[in-house]
Amino acid sequence: MSAETHADHGHHHEAHEEPHGTLRDYVIGFVLSVILTAIPFWLVMAGPIESKTVTAVIVLALAAVQMVVHMIYFLHMNGRSEGGWNMTALVFTVIIVVIVLVGSLWVMTHLDANMMATHEEMIRR
Amino acid sequence: MANQAITADMGHAPAFHLAEEPHHPEGHSTPLGFWLYLMSDCLIFAILFAVYAVLGGNFAAGPSPKDLFDLNLVAVNTAMLLLSSITFGFAMLSMARQRKGATLAWLAVTGLFGLAFLGIELYEFHHMIHLGATPQRSAFLSAFFTLVGTHGLHVTFGTLWLVTLMVQIGRFGLIPANRRRMTCLSMFWHFLDVIWIGVFTIVYLMGMLR
Repeated sequence: MSAETHADHGHHHEAHEEPHGTLRDYVIGFVLSVILTAIPFWLVMAGPIESKTVTAVIVLALAAVQMVVHMIYFLHMNGRSEGGWNMTALVFTVIIVVIVLVGSLWVMTHLDANMMATHEEMIRR
Repeated sequence: MANQAITADMGHAPAFHLAEEPHHPEGHSTPLGFWLYLMSDCLIFAILFAVYAVLGGNFAAGPSPKDLFDLNLVAVNTAMLLLSSITFGFAMLSMARQRKGATLAWLAVTGLFGLAFLGIELYEFHHMIHLGATPQRSAFLSAFFTLVGTHGLHVTFGTLWLVTLMVQIGRFGLIPANRRRMTCLSMFWHFLDVIWIGVFTIVYLMGMLR
């Protein structure tokens, strides 16, 4: 049984590499994630920066960095896994996501600006 | 390539298949297929994020994020998910070293962190609904419950999958099929953590800044 699995494993290796990180990878990823999570929470909860816009931009940038950290250290993304198809699919998805998000916000804020303010909004103003 | 295969077999009965076909072991394309599923799942979340980004300010004179969210609770929840991510990593490392017991133990720890996350999230939802902040109250709350609820549902199914896989590994050991399932579940689990980064940033932190 054991020998069988071993032979099987050796055969597997060429075509199919299991994406396995090292302990170092996971620890680096974890420490970076903790730092990249703690900073935005601190920025919002303690509010050391006056401008809300600046805080928002920093928080969003840190989230983007943390997503990349997770992709590299936890999901073991690189340009070589599955012959590059993982990366191709990811890049395609990111393009679609950006179009959906930016497009929705762009169209809807313009629509909003061109509409009459509703009763409630007038009260809020 | 197909032509070559046919010419090589000309002496015998013609065979109509690619020459390299038999070299693919069973399930070799599963991780790629699962990755493609995750990418399509990513599009679902992108749409829900877009909905929240558009409707997140429409409170209909109801409660706003500042009235509802407790960032301490969200921080604890984030920690739970992050810890579950690294313990799943340890389970994968134990699996690579062929240690069945350690793999199962780390999976159990991961599952407990997952349950803790779900417990805190359900407490938060219960608390909000108790205050009258139900999904029907405003567009903001509809979008909030849809986005955060969809993520929570993913974690729920991930936890169910994790328990099922623990039973599988307990009964059949770290056979190739179970290793493949572990690889897929680890992608699923880490992917949910990536989505959670978007949730706590866009929904909670940006909500409090609004």
